[in-house]
Amino acid sequence: MSTHTLSVLAENKPGVLSHIAGLFSRRAFNISSLAVGPTQDARVSRFTIVVDGASTPVDQVSKQLEKLVRVLKVSELSDGGAVERELALIKVRVDPALRGQLLEVAGVFGASVVDMSPTTLVLEAVSSPAKLDSLLAMLEAYGTCELVRTGRIALARGPGVITDDGPALQAVPDATETAA
Amino acid sequence: MQELTGAQALVRSLEQQGVEVVFGLPGGTILPTYDPLLSSSLRHVLVRHEQGAGHAAEGYAWATGRPGVCMATSGPGATNLVTALSDAYMDSVPMVAITGQVGRSLIGTDAFQEADITGITLPITKHNEIVTSVERIPAAVAEAFHVATTGRPGPVLIDVPKDVQQGTGSVSWPAEMNLPGYRVPGPPSPAAIRAAAALLLQARRPVLYVGGGVIKSDSHADLLRLAELTQAPVTTTLMARGAFPDGHRLALGMPGMHGTFPAVAALQEADLVVALGARFDDRVTGSLADFAPRARVVHADIDPAEIGKNRTPDVAIVGDLQLTLAGLVEAISAAVSEGDERPDTADWLSILDGWKRQFPLRYTQEPDGPLKPQYVTERLSALTGGDAIVVAGVGQHQMHAAQHYAFTRPRSWINSGGAGTMGFAVPAAMGAQVGRPGELVVAIDGDGCFQMTAQELATCAIEKIPIKVLIFNNGFLGMVRQWQELFYDERYSQVELGTAIPDYVKLAEAYGCVGLRCESADEVDTILDKALAPADVPVVVDFRTHDREGVFPMVPAGRPNDDIVLGPEFSADEQRAATRREMGI
Repeated sequence: MSTHTLSVLAENKPGVLSHIAGLFSRRAFNISSLAVGPTQDARVSRFTIVVDGASTPVDQVSKQLEKLVRVLKVSELSDGGAVERELALIKVRVDPALRGQLLEVAGVFGASVVDMSPTTLVLEAVSSPAKLDSLLAMLEAYGTCELVRTGRIALARGPGVITDDGPALQAVPDATETAA
Repeated sequence: MQELTGAQALVRSLEQQGVEVVFGLPGGTILPTYDPLLSSSLRHVLVRHEQGAGHAAEGYAWATGRPGVCMATSGPGATNLVTALSDAYMDSVPMVAITGQVGRSLIGTDAFQEADITGITLPITKHNEIVTSVERIPAAVAEAFHVATTGRPGPVLIDVPKDVQQGTGSVSWPAEMNLPGYRVPGPPSPAAIRAAAALLLQARRPVLYVGGGVIKSDSHADLLRLAELTQAPVTTTLMARGAFPDGHRLALGMPGMHGTFPAVAALQEADLVVALGARFDDRVTGSLADFAPRARVVHADIDPAEIGKNRTPDVAIVGDLQLTLAGLVEAISAAVSEGDERPDTADWLSILDGWKRQFPLRYTQEPDGPLKPQYVTERLSALTGGDAIVVAGVGQHQMHAAQHYAFTRPRSWINSGGAGTMGFAVPAAMGAQVGRPGELVVAIDGDGCFQMTAQELATCAIEKIPIKVLIFNNGFLGMVRQWQELFYDERYSQVELGTAIPDYVKLAEAYGCVGLRCESADEVDTILDKALAPADVPVVVDFRTHDREGVFPMVPAGRPNDDIVLGPEFSADEQRAATRREMGI
């Protein structure tokens, strides 16, 4: 599956998430993954959106996103040109006899143990989506009983930044603004 | 800075925007705003249903080019605006809707007449906002009008909680807008214009495919110059009727599903299609893969997202259409004066002239036979000299009006294109008449459409808004009937309305309007003369039209445009000749 990763800066105002999510459902674009969080400027949120390129015309997605009044910038991250990460918390049922073996697998993937009970372990893994998939495949053998995984976040490699062509918002906040 | 209530600030903000009229209907949560409205310079037209307010605001905007404004209360008042907002969004109509909302402390509690109208209208507005402070009102209103009217126009909704209208705050004008994410495309790229001009200079079979953007950008004069300079024929879509005079030799009429044969076939045979403020809608292209298969495409539009959405162009020009057209005229004139040959389209035009003679819009009005809607439309066209503002609903009557009225000028054709909203005509005509009070505004409506919004006749009669309503009463949901005839083996399911109930003459009179009836062709001129005479109340005419008359030509939905069906007025030989047309160039 060819995926495309879009970084979107938007005003941190009520309704922005539903504007963006609504655009995807209305235009029948498929979202593979969505992550939202604040940026260094509290007035600006950053969305990382992964879309399936086979079913969704990425150029149309970008142009339609740019038309949303609260969206400030849209940038497509190129394949391999970005650092991409996902976080997963994985609860694995494990026989005490196999625990050592399991910890070895976790160690190979850089996953750490964040909780333990006599019959279960909770692993925390932060890695590229592909590596995370491999870890999950390995853990299948032991019996994953609960999994939670965040959406993908990504940043372009190298010195370029998304605001190279100008800041997302002017430095001085508008006094009349009342973001409720 | 002034200390005002939110309601006062809202009314003052509308005045500051130069609004002259608001179409609306008050209710609980918008009551605070209706109080200062009483003493303001704004005219308020009290509609009988909020949908009427929405379509009236649209009609006003279509007719004047200025944004239409409508107002409603929360809950059902606001949801009754939804159809009109959706209609305005599809047809890029500049419009600002203001709704009351329950007080801030009640939001989210399922309070009386609470509806999440910003959530509901999110996919059908260009932008919307719930205003949460008095201080925000001037900027919210200024931003709403700016967004509604610039770039690709569209509807904007502002939702104002009741306690914000009642509260006080310090406000001042002019309001400072803060729209950091809103971009209006700048002037078109000179390189793109040069590339498009070069294609136009080379083309032997060009077609200018003109959409509603030409009317919205007021660039009809520039279009005429470009067409005459390049001798390129012009087809005007349903949204663009009137952008180019139908009487001009270069005019081909409307393209698409019910387009004229010359327009549809010209696009199929073209070597260059220049799309101007048009969006390659499925009702124009038919099967997209088979549309204009031999043509290179220039696509000029103010909305970058339209470029390549349906058809990938060879040259894309993003920007104001007036600047684009002026730029094309300048570039082509310059090239010609530097020795380039003028585009030679003489052979192409003579083929098209041949098609116009061979395959015109054809119908038969027998003197004693059933009354044909096409005949009524053509008589209206002749008697008004193409000078009326014609408003239509959606269906057969709309297509007959678009085909048979000979338009002479922009903003004289108003209808529901993209959304296909039945019931559009009466309230939209009302809005158009308010915007252009001295002019003749004629709604051509179907009996099905008319019954959906006829209550606005009361508004028109009381407010002395003297629209003329011509009902093409065939007793059927005619377009649905036509599809059942052609595609469902003539199994007519739930399409017969009957011609007698209601009695439209009595209904008109009950609403304080003049009611007339016309049942035969020989009465048409007399009754139209009577109906079109200046009056201070609306006139409704019940034209009893033939119930089996179809709309032709027709390209069945989803089929290639080459499968155009000329209809029962043409022989099998003529249909064959049309299908196997010989180009020779």
